[in-house]
Amino acid sequence: MSILVYIEQAEGKVKKTSLEAVSFAKALAAQTGEGEVVAVALGTIDSSELGAVGKAGASKVLHADDVRLTDGVIQAHASAVAQAFASVGAKTLILAKSSLGDAVAARLAIKLNAGLVSNVVELPNSTGGYTVKRSIYTGKAFAETSLSTENKILAVKKNAVDLKTDGADATVEKISVSLADSDFASKITSTERAKGEILLPEADIVVSGGRGMKGPENWGMIEDLAKVLGAATGCSKPVSDIGWRPHHEHVGQTGVKVAPSLYIAIGISGAIQHLAGVNSSKCIVVINKDPEAPFFKAADYGIVGDAFEVVPKLTEALKAEL
Amino acid sequence: MKILVCITHVPDTTSKIQFTANNTKFDTTGVQFIIGPYDDYALARAVELRDQTGGTLTALNVGEAETEPTLRKSLAIGADDAIRVNSLPKDSFFVAKQIAHYAKEGGYDLILMGRESIDFNGGMVHGMVGELLGMPSFSPVMKLEVEGTTVKMAREIEGGKEYLEAQLPLIAGCQEPIAEWKIPNMRGIMSARTKPLKVVEPISQETQAEAVSFQLPPAKGSVKLVDKDNVSELVKLLKNEAKVL
Repeated sequence: MSILVYIEQAEGKVKKTSLEAVSFAKALAAQTGEGEVVAVALGTIDSSELGAVGKAGASKVLHADDVRLTDGVIQAHASAVAQAFASVGAKTLILAKSSLGDAVAARLAIKLNAGLVSNVVELPNSTGGYTVKRSIYTGKAFAETSLSTENKILAVKKNAVDLKTDGADATVEKISVSLADSDFASKITSTERAKGEILLPEADIVVSGGRGMKGPENWGMIEDLAKVLGAATGCSKPVSDIGWRPHHEHVGQTGVKVAPSLYIAIGISGAIQHLAGVNSSKCIVVINKDPEAPFFKAADYGIVGDAFEVVPKLTEALKAEL
Repeated sequence: MKILVCITHVPDTTSKIQFTANNTKFDTTGVQFIIGPYDDYALARAVELRDQTGGTLTALNVGEAETEPTLRKSLAIGADDAIRVNSLPKDSFFVAKQIAHYAKEGGYDLILMGRESIDFNGGMVHGMVGELLGMPSFSPVMKLEVEGTTVKMAREIEGGKEYLEAQLPLIAGCQEPIAEWKIPNMRGIMSARTKPLKVVEPISQETQAEAVSFQLPPAKGSVKLVDKDNVSELVKLLKNEAKVL
């Protein structure tokens, strides 16, 4: 018996969050004695990329090298993963929580008659029953969730386990999956993706700006700081609402929820809705000229000062240090 | 076109989250309940589509009697009638089963809901309903236009969006900026009192993944302030103390 992991790709590269899901599965297999970790990858992917899946903990990668699956067509992906699940005789499917992962996992829950838990934050407790801890109320609380089904699907939140990089290369096995026309009932006509940027939901460091930045023309200093840190850039809801920054950068309750190691908030007051999107961060730094800004209460480190003065200095100090 | 919008009844986004009964129940003391913010976007878009194309708009909620004011509010915003499935929403699977059953019975062309509820954040119900009904499902959808039986959508992906086309009937989990939230006007509020709200019983009690207990995150220690003229101190702290660089 094996644990199956659904691997996502973007433009031929395996997503880092999917590699984390593999490491999660590896740790789970060690805990429950569920055997080896098998990953399933769909569509056209660089073959060198599939080796990295081994480093993260998989012993085998099933690769359905069907060009129709390169795009994340939700129903087709669900059908393909269900076939892989049956072929390896898995009882557990692990995947990274993401836009596509969620959509595919929900359909698989019905196809596989599997209990599904999303936003999983740590390894399950399988002694006497099977309970999984997940994040709820947008990170403001946790729920222990009891799974009663034989088949199980866990959608894992970023940073639930550390990414392993010391595994052996995985063997890659090509598989063919049978897909019906109805699996392709929807058609992706085009995709827009920010080029060359570090993706916000996957970033280890995030630098966000708020209304305190006074205008989109001042984002250069946010970008400079992000560049030095290898960070993704984010923003508060008002900033994306006014159109200073694109919607996919909006961090918060109704935007992207991030869980980086380091979150730096610049000129953001810290409304409860924004905090809900960042409270899974390991370390929060707040830079704000208002010492009463509520964000300081949620921060690990703070600087009370004018962003226009502090941020360039911080960028220089980091350049010297890193 | 027959449209169904599924509504969650959830604590206001500014609510303080607390638990009672030995951390097994959500503490509703002092909490104001609202239409889920994502459901509110779905409802607003559904009202626009109903007004454009004609047809009907039904709002559905799985919840006990205390959710009726929330369902009435969706009538005030523009739904024509409402269905309340009389049960606590026990888990995503349970809720999806109820929605699929009543959606099938009603023969809807388009089923909209929020991308996720803001209490349990599962984001699973639309996909489950889609699979149960054999319909395509999409989420998170930020744009949705209907032209005849063709639906053109934009779906958010990490770092961007993808544009899709599919045929009715389908299901979408919605988010901003699909439509602007609508605030009920006086006429809407008055007419909502007399619009039909049907209470039905759940079709099964089956669950798969129920929450059994709750915890709050550990309290945050107090912030360590660094002088604005000494930013290199912050770099040292991040490197040596927090170890995040």
